[in-house]
Amino acid sequence: MTPYPVLQLRGLSKRFGPVVANDDVSLTLHKGEVLALLGENGAGKTTLMNMLFGHYLPDAGTVEVADAAGALQPLPLGHPQAALAAGVGMVHQHFALAENISALDNITLGAEPLWSLRRNRAAAKAKVEGIIQRSGLSAPLDVPVGRLSVGERQRVEILKALYRDARILVLDEPTAVLTPQEADTLFANIKAMTKSGLSVIFISHKLREVLAFSDRIAVLRHGRKVGEMPTSEANEAKIARMMVGADTPLVEREPLAPGAPVLNLSGMSVVGRSKRETLNAVNLSVHAQEIVGIAGISGNGQHALAQVISGLKAPDMGTVAIDQAAIAHPTPARMVKAGVGRIPEDRHHEGIVGAMSVAENLVLERLTEPDVSTGGLLRREDIAANATKLAKAYDVRGPGTEAQARLLSGGNIQKLILARVFERNPRLILANQPTRGLDLGAAAEVGRRLLDARARGAGVVLISEDLDEILGLSDRVLVIRDGQLIEAPTRDRATIGLMMAGETV
Amino acid sequence: MMDLLNILLSDSFWAASLRIATPLIFGVLGALICERSGVLNLGIEGIFVVGAMCGWMAVWLGASLWGGVLAAALAGAAFGFLHALLTVPLGLSQHVSGLGITLFATSASYFTYRTALPNVSSPPRIEPFQPLDIPVLSDLPVLGPVLFQQTALTWLALGMVGLVWFVLDRTALGVALKAVGDNPDSVDAQGLSVYGLRIGAIVAGSSLMALGGAFLTMSAFDAFFFGMVNGRGWVCIALVIFASWRPGKALLGAILFGAFDALQVRLQTEMGALVPGQVFLMAPYILSITALVIAARSADYPRALLTPWFKGQR
Amino acid sequence: MIRIEPRDTPSRAFALGVPLLSALVALGFAAIPLLAAGANPIAAYGAMFKGVFGSVFAFTEMLTRATPLIFTGLAAALAFRAKLWNIGGEGQLYLGAMAAVAIGAGALDIPGIFLVPLIVVMGAAAGAVGMAAPTYLRVKFGADEVVTTLLLNFIILILVQMMLEGPLQDPMGLGWPQSAPILDQGMLPKLMDRMRLHSGFILALILAIVAQFMLIRSVWGFKLRAVGENVAAARHAGINVNRSFFGVAAISGALAGLAGVSEVAGLKGYLTADLSPGFGYTGIVVAMLAGLSPIGVVLAALFIASVFVGADGMSRAMGVSSFLADLVVSVSLLCVLVGGFFAKFRVVLAGKGEVAQ
Repeated sequence: MTPYPVLQLRGLSKRFGPVVANDDVSLTLHKGEVLALLGENGAGKTTLMNMLFGHYLPDAGTVEVADAAGALQPLPLGHPQAALAAGVGMVHQHFALAENISALDNITLGAEPLWSLRRNRAAAKAKVEGIIQRSGLSAPLDVPVGRLSVGERQRVEILKALYRDARILVLDEPTAVLTPQEADTLFANIKAMTKSGLSVIFISHKLREVLAFSDRIAVLRHGRKVGEMPTSEANEAKIARMMVGADTPLVEREPLAPGAPVLNLSGMSVVGRSKRETLNAVNLSVHAQEIVGIAGISGNGQHALAQVISGLKAPDMGTVAIDQAAIAHPTPARMVKAGVGRIPEDRHHEGIVGAMSVAENLVLERLTEPDVSTGGLLRREDIAANATKLAKAYDVRGPGTEAQARLLSGGNIQKLILARVFERNPRLILANQPTRGLDLGAAAEVGRRLLDARARGAGVVLISEDLDEILGLSDRVLVIRDGQLIEAPTRDRATIGLMMAGETV
Repeated sequence: MMDLLNILLSDSFWAASLRIATPLIFGVLGALICERSGVLNLGIEGIFVVGAMCGWMAVWLGASLWGGVLAAALAGAAFGFLHALLTVPLGLSQHVSGLGITLFATSASYFTYRTALPNVSSPPRIEPFQPLDIPVLSDLPVLGPVLFQQTALTWLALGMVGLVWFVLDRTALGVALKAVGDNPDSVDAQGLSVYGLRIGAIVAGSSLMALGGAFLTMSAFDAFFFGMVNGRGWVCIALVIFASWRPGKALLGAILFGAFDALQVRLQTEMGALVPGQVFLMAPYILSITALVIAARSADYPRALLTPWFKGQR
Repeated sequence: MIRIEPRDTPSRAFALGVPLLSALVALGFAAIPLLAAGANPIAAYGAMFKGVFGSVFAFTEMLTRATPLIFTGLAAALAFRAKLWNIGGEGQLYLGAMAAVAIGAGALDIPGIFLVPLIVVMGAAAGAVGMAAPTYLRVKFGADEVVTTLLLNFIILILVQMMLEGPLQDPMGLGWPQSAPILDQGMLPKLMDRMRLHSGFILALILAIVAQFMLIRSVWGFKLRAVGENVAAARHAGINVNRSFFGVAAISGALAGLAGVSEVAGLKGYLTADLSPGFGYTGIVVAMLAGLSPIGVVLAALFIASVFVGADGMSRAMGVSSFLADLVVSVSLLCVLVGGFFAKFRVVLAGKGEVAQ
């Protein structure tokens, strides 16, 4: 049987105010095919899929989905229900799961009549178990989802779609939260399912997995489709150039001899309610002129480590020393005073006060310094002048330094935080997921700034889920797993991947 | 010590406890439903007032007692709907909207009452619900005499506990309600309406709250007067946290509270000479705060409580 | 189709326009209950206007009524700025009033130049303690301060009744539950002859200006705003969040306590359990109408006081229940809430091809 089209997007366009999110995008998906949709952040991948799924109404264009008989039928746009009914299932990057009910309830939610007094859980469970058997995607069904691991939750998300008889599955960055090995298993499962007729679109910006697992590749840039090819004809350099529109700016790391230690954690433990909040007897030394990369799958203690270095959490055991001086009771203010610059993981939530101005956010960490306030009163001219100076030096663009910080784009918010951190010449920099959600240009800028700081004599702790970023910037690599830090003996991706998955190497 | 034991062992004490608990059972259940869907309803105090006033006034104007109950429930639903409109599709501050509903509902009730009865010195009375004698049940040992003294509204409250438990634990609607209070996206992604579920929950919860008020004027007393709700709604908001948003524990919490209140009334008569009576009057409120302080740290709040959700923003 | 879009910058026009419009809409809505009560709305509004602006006395009465509302409005506005939900203004008002009579009603017979400041300071301190306690319960145990402050209002009111039948009862009061009068030299000076307006009003105005200045220009105010807008970022940046909470709690409670001082030592002279007709709760409406701006609080308090005083006059003239004023006040709160939505979002009536998002 020759593969026939099961999904046809024709000329889809969508603009949000002045921003063109998608411009005349057409795509075809065939039965049993895995199509990779590639593009940088902001290239319009998610918007395109949200139009397909009915969350957004396109300004122009049509969507056609094959019915059970294989004939393409137009899909009424703007109705998630219609997409569900037509057999389109979407697995979002942020899971849409209720944690206080079981996996089975999450799967059957919305599929059974709300006003019925009786539920047929047994039949539903049998159906789900059948799907698990066929797909190999297993997850505990009767436990509240809050107690499942990230990998299990993702499988529940996919089961949700399959339970609704999805013939087309859209996966938005499915491997962002998985170990390389877990990701391999997921793709193997998906491959198996395509054999039985499922068609898959997966959105990604990781070139490696796209090349390994897709049948065809489509690349979006600035909302337009800039290329499409069978995977067999693609290579990394070719797609990277398509995604960015130019060769990626390479970050050069010159060798530097590490200096005196600026951070010492010894025998440090944090007792937390979950794995992400727990550290077990961690030892870590970071020296001046050194970037130490912490690799690992999210939720293995990175949060606790960052909290301690930020001063938000005092360790339950062990000591923290900055510049070889022990900090007895770490608080954010004490850590800042000791010379720690912190780039928080969630820049919107912890990095800025969105309702306050850019200028005010730039002095947030040093309110009592003489050029910010005297006698408890703010020096408003100096604060404004400081903002003008830093916005220029760090290229913070937006509606002005007196405008609310929330109006800045993600990249500019990160620049604001970099300006606040770097202008103080910190001894130690904690960079927690510093490039998450940034486009390649902005990410390269962050890398360059970190290397500059290193060259000026700072020590850097770089926590990232992006192994390529860690390998590109770090002088040393440590793996965090189950609240423990282990020095990586090599810079080999596969070895580090296995360590991240908890295997001894 | 003996006296205390005598009190605790008497039928009349537990009958009084259940009677005092009845409006709280309605109120806690109502608050529980709203909060399970993710919306705090601080309109509760005012909705109690509206329920008390409307139920009483309907009967005073000639409706049957059950007609009065229906009027109270509808009035509660109306104010609940207003709160739902402000907090769900518009996503406005649940705190402020709730307080606004309380002020609005209270002043509207007082104004209506005063306008209907401009010149009365003593509030007019109605013939309230009478204790219900249900065969078999009233003959039970221990429980019988306690239940025998209750009116139909108390029975209704107890029935509501079972109904709310059944819906939350045993039906698809209950699953959807719990899910929308935990993560609205989970409900939206499956094609259910977040707005519909939340608005429905607030309207249903608010009509239960109004029944709590109606109990005051149609069963506990036989007239409406200003200030009669006296913080009972706020007590319910504390109790729902104590009950960890579970109907069974809500019943338990309300009855414990009722027992404590009944006890302080009895102690007041016994020890009135030693301690000023007001100390006992304060006790229920202090108890509520204590319960809140004990329960707060470990409380498993519905994760989406107080967080507005907008369609298409994820 | 209707589409809702966030506005980039909430416009200045809205900041002023929304409260003004809300007030007018609420007054407009009042026509419904007026008609239901059988009154001619036009005549009723006329009577209300006359009740406030009809004479110098009426006008000073309005200012007198606005005084406690400025205090309780400031109390709510500052606390809400830090997202500390102080709904206990009513209770804190009574604490301040109790402190005032405890000191001023004969316990200390010292010259007014010492007694008046002492009464003011102690009243403020009592209110501050009244808000510090629930703040402690929130910071230490996570107990929601909305519920605790609300319940404390009832506890404190019962405490007042207890005190008025006990230690604070006027021995010459023939057994009425009221306190002894504050000594003459302890009273806040009157501002005009034969009017009830007293210097508490001036104190309220000064404090509003100070609060506005501190909020915008001081490090303290900066921290308070940061904590209120994003507590996680404030904590991450090294701001001592708990200290900010306790600071604003004490000041908020103190302001509410001053409302009680001003009513007792400025107006009534002695304490009864019905000293406040809900000034603490109305203060919340004042603060919201003011958009949580201290200077705005003054304007909002003047408006709401006008509604109350006007409705009293109207009630006397036309026989419509003065609960109408409470109705207008509560509706204006709901209106300003909805108005706030339109200040933040714009609703676009779009043709086909757009969808609400």
